[in-house]
Amino acid sequence: MKIIIAGIGKVGITLAERLNAEGHDITLIDKDAATLRTVADRIDVMGVEGNGVSYQVQMEAGIRQADLLIATTNSDEQNMLCCLMARKAGDCHTIARIRDPEYVKEVQFLREELNMSMIINPEREAALEVSRLIKYPSAIKIDSFAKGRVDLMKLVIPENSELDGCKVFEVNTKLRCRVLICIVERGEEVLIPDGSFELHAGDRLSFVADHKQAQDFFKKAHVQNNSIRSILLIGGGKMTYYVAKTLEETGISVKIIERDFKTCQFLSEVLPKATIINGDGTDQQLLLDEGIEQCGAIATFTGIDEENIMLSLYAGSLNPKAKMLTKINRIGFDNVIRSMNLGSVINPQLISADRIVTYVRAMQNSMGSNIETLFQVAPCAEALEFRVERESEVTDIELQQLTLKPGLLVACIYRGGKVVIPGGQDSIRPGDSVVIVTTQRGLNDLTDILR
Amino acid sequence: MNRRMVFYILSWVLRMEAILMLLPIITAVIYREHEIVYFLISAVSCAVFSLLISPRKPKDTKMYTREGFVSVALSWVLLSIFGCLPFYISGAIPHFIDALFETVSGFTTTGASILSSVEELSHCILFWRSFTHWIGGMGILVFVLAILPMSGAENIHIMRAESPGPSVGKLVPKVRSTAKILYSIYLVLTLVEFILLISGGMPAFDAICVSFGTAGTGGFAVKNTGLANYTFYQQMITTIFMILFGVNFNVYFLFYARKPKDALKSEEARAYLFIILVATLLITLDVRCFFPNILESFHHSAFQVASIITTTGFSTQDFDLWPTFSKAILVLLMFIGACAGSTGGGIKVSRIAILWKTVMKEMSSMIHPNSVKIIKMEGKPVEHTVLRSINTYLATYIMIFVASLLIVCYDKFDLITSFTAVAATFNNIGPGLALVGPTSNFSSFSVLSKIILIFDMLAGRLELFPMILLFSIRTWRKQL
Repeated sequence: MKIIIAGIGKVGITLAERLNAEGHDITLIDKDAATLRTVADRIDVMGVEGNGVSYQVQMEAGIRQADLLIATTNSDEQNMLCCLMARKAGDCHTIARIRDPEYVKEVQFLREELNMSMIINPEREAALEVSRLIKYPSAIKIDSFAKGRVDLMKLVIPENSELDGCKVFEVNTKLRCRVLICIVERGEEVLIPDGSFELHAGDRLSFVADHKQAQDFFKKAHVQNNSIRSILLIGGGKMTYYVAKTLEETGISVKIIERDFKTCQFLSEVLPKATIINGDGTDQQLLLDEGIEQCGAIATFTGIDEENIMLSLYAGSLNPKAKMLTKINRIGFDNVIRSMNLGSVINPQLISADRIVTYVRAMQNSMGSNIETLFQVAPCAEALEFRVERESEVTDIELQQLTLKPGLLVACIYRGGKVVIPGGQDSIRPGDSVVIVTTQRGLNDLTDILR
Repeated sequence: MNRRMVFYILSWVLRMEAILMLLPIITAVIYREHEIVYFLISAVSCAVFSLLISPRKPKDTKMYTREGFVSVALSWVLLSIFGCLPFYISGAIPHFIDALFETVSGFTTTGASILSSVEELSHCILFWRSFTHWIGGMGILVFVLAILPMSGAENIHIMRAESPGPSVGKLVPKVRSTAKILYSIYLVLTLVEFILLISGGMPAFDAICVSFGTAGTGGFAVKNTGLANYTFYQQMITTIFMILFGVNFNVYFLFYARKPKDALKSEEARAYLFIILVATLLITLDVRCFFPNILESFHHSAFQVASIITTTGFSTQDFDLWPTFSKAILVLLMFIGACAGSTGGGIKVSRIAILWKTVMKEMSSMIHPNSVKIIKMEGKPVEHTVLRSINTYLATYIMIFVASLLIVCYDKFDLITSFTAVAATFNNIGPGLALVGPTSNFSSFSVLSKIILIFDMLAGRLELFPMILLFSIRTWRKQL
């Protein structure tokens, strides 16, 4: 497909990288020629210098032939205009990033009136993930499938857990529960384990289960899963606002520390239930005063990655039991960050890139693809949910008789309200939702799982 | 430096060469010539060597600018060494350096020859000689890029190092598709010329070889007299196509993309055609007494101007006998060269145009010291880095030229011979003046001079830097 990305910030580059790897023709529009050049040196894309809103520039980027335009400049209004122009200049789908809380309630209206295919709000998407994580504090990442009925969770195997030294095929019998372990990350390795794989303490384990089984699994694996009653949010940006907003109704007490007085006033206006503290979040005395040692969860959402990391490490040392959430914007140092004890690392860019890539894949095959959701589980592993519309060469055949691609796993089948953790005798039937976990990139259709 | 990846690319280039040698083999079959054995030996040795240096794809496929430059330069050196094997082992050219000179001259689309009589060579040898022009014209690595499934931006480094012009851009987002489009345009134009030549009554074999020579802006002919004995129509078709192949291929792409207005606006192509027109008119007037009528004078002047500015080097007339003024114009055209992004060589019209504008800007800023003026090309501002690279290019160009001239002059030929010999090879033209004029050849130079001229041809084709970087220790250092 021909895709135009206007505005190359972090999301733009991440998207360009991932979509290019999937074989799309990418054209970037940005005002800064130097940035364009460095990106074009790294990724096989073409750059057009100029303002993405301008008709002339869009024509030069080939809007007439384009299938999709993604507007990710740092201004919401510019993104909207850009999509509007693209709709008028050519006939393509448009995706805009709109992140200002003021527009949140108008998203539906904007989308319809401006004829956009999708509006992405990185901070809000991330906030939704955060609120899921607060429900399962011991998980470091939760993605849900089948409209929220199936969860894919990631946790770190603690010392003295029964899972330490356990082989994968023994897990279900030993803990008397039904979960499917689909990915193990050990150090920098990402593995799809087979039955004889031995788990160790410190591994990051991703598994698929329904809510009840997941809770059981946490309990039996001796992973602490106390419910959280209070959360301390450091930094009062958009993320904080969305998280506080989603948590407001749950009865969890929210405390926000923010440096800027005006922002504090704004927050207190829109979040009447939350406690807003005006002060420097990096001030240790202030943190102690505000009860950092007692709260159930600590989220470091300031605008500076380094500050977030330092704060999380500090908070972790004071209050090791608390659930840690750290916002990291820069993706480059992924492996270093994973080696630190930062709890759940939230990257709004990656989350929105996931959503957009899902959309693109679905669009590519809107003619045929049925990807419902897509998540990047580990640096090079994805979980995809397919809806099986009709019969094909994979349906109604026992899984053990299918020759699947290497590094690929049928993780879960959701059929008529029931979650099936598939074994060799199960088969995929039309009407099911199927979750596939794979280290292969670019799966578009369920039939792609065959070798 | 990722040497394995460089070897991987080299091995693909050699594999391609082995496959491309099948064409002269087919020619040999058609004409029942015994030289087929030599081509088979060359092709096989090419394939075997390619497997030896890189049997499989390396795990680490990262490539940076440095690897791009090195693999392009080494590819061309290896390509020439293996390409000269048929000439050498068949005995058509008994000396290795001579055979190498002929092949490099072919691949770099120079067309300078050391052969005094080409008519006695067999068809398959002649075919290969002309075919090297066609391969070298658009560049072998661009061809490899078009077919080799390499993802990632690495290959832009390769394309940039091989394609001529001050700033290399892509036509479409993917390097691979860009390479495919370029080769399609190239192939179609070549075919059209071939058909037009054939329909004008040229023998098929001659038509193929002349088309290859024109397309790559090379200049190897299959007759001792060059193109002098072909008909008026055939020479005219060749003139037109020489000019067409000297135009920036972006212009054709714009036509293909249905943007004819943008295509016709191309500043560089306009300047190029303007220069051709002016030069042709001046020479027509200057040489009118050599021809029975003014039309014939115009015809031959146009042919010669097109042949020199596009750096092809075909000839219908011994222009060495022309008046000094005409010769001087031709020598000037040698340096100007064709458009960037074409198959021609030389300094390139766009560089000259930008240099001209820079000079104008500097002049005006002398009078108005506080004036701000941005240099534009094709309606867009030229970035400072591009300006700098053009200046560096020119300085390097002059330095290499002077150094080569100095060494070649050691051969005790007269200055015109030595000067035009270097100019004709460095700019990938072919014939020069005096002893290297259109009716003579380069065989009388010493081995040292030939090696220098070989280097000049490669450096000229690859826009200087890839070849020079080969000789820099820093390029080869493992760490930083």
